[in-house]
Amino acid sequence: MITVAVDRSSDAARPWIEAARPTHPSLIDTGHRVADLYNMVNVPTVVWIDEAGRIVRPNDVAFGTDTFRHITGIEAARHQRALRAWVLGEAGLVSEAETRALLSLPSPSDQEARAEFGLGRWLYERGRGGAAARHFARAGELAPHDFMIRRGTMPMRGIDSMGPEFRSMLQEWTAAGHRYYRPLPG
Amino acid sequence: MSEQTFSIVDDDVAIELEASEALGHADAARAVGRPVAIDAEERAAYLGISAEERGRQLLSLEAPDFALPDLDGRMHSLSEHRGRKVFLVAYGSW
Repeated sequence: MITVAVDRSSDAARPWIEAARPTHPSLIDTGHRVADLYNMVNVPTVVWIDEAGRIVRPNDVAFGTDTFRHITGIEAARHQRALRAWVLGEAGLVSEAETRALLSLPSPSDQEARAEFGLGRWLYERGRGGAAARHFARAGELAPHDFMIRRGTMPMRGIDSMGPEFRSMLQEWTAAGHRYYRPLPG
Repeated sequence: MSEQTFSIVDDDVAIELEASEALGHADAARAVGRPVAIDAEERAAYLGISAEERGRQLLSLEAPDFALPDLDGRMHSLSEHRGRKVFLVAYGSW
């Protein structure tokens, strides 16, 4: 198991990691590197990678507990059962063709958004918060489904990521018929 | 010189160039399909990775490698775990 905190700083992730006292590598990704490489657009996102370093189950949504099940509608145990069966070698995997069909691939505007994020992050690290915020906002306009950007940058823009701005963003998104969490089918 | 320099950020490395040269770099990156974000006021440009390149990598099903620090600043890479199954979890405090 490898966990990656896609966060504004290691200090933002520190309390969570220190409380969990993990024995696995628990990494910090302030530059959204993993998000860019794997086209991750929200958290939590999980990927299964086999012994040969191949993706056998692409980006999926899974929770460790049912704490937020009433909001997410996603039961933790379902993914855990599937994960356990894979780890123990008790379950067959889908074919590579089926795995490819489950991949979500980035569009050109998704990558434009990530470049805007990258510039924003670079400016933010240099104390240019106001300029950074403009690029974070532009990134969100280019990829409105990318909550790694839209919500994940809120703390760098002085916005409460659990507060009214998040709630209205979420409300607008779901009212337009979109899902906030998009787990794999099945 | 600093007045006239322009920062180009490519693969997390920033280089300082004269503005015309920097914009030439940005144009060259765009010409090969790379996304480019520019801030003229801040005199900085960020060269991203094209959707084609990311798509090609993902469709190969080779898990893209990365190296990131833990809380103590120690680097870990995905490829160090070759030979074992990896459950990769991305999360955020936000």
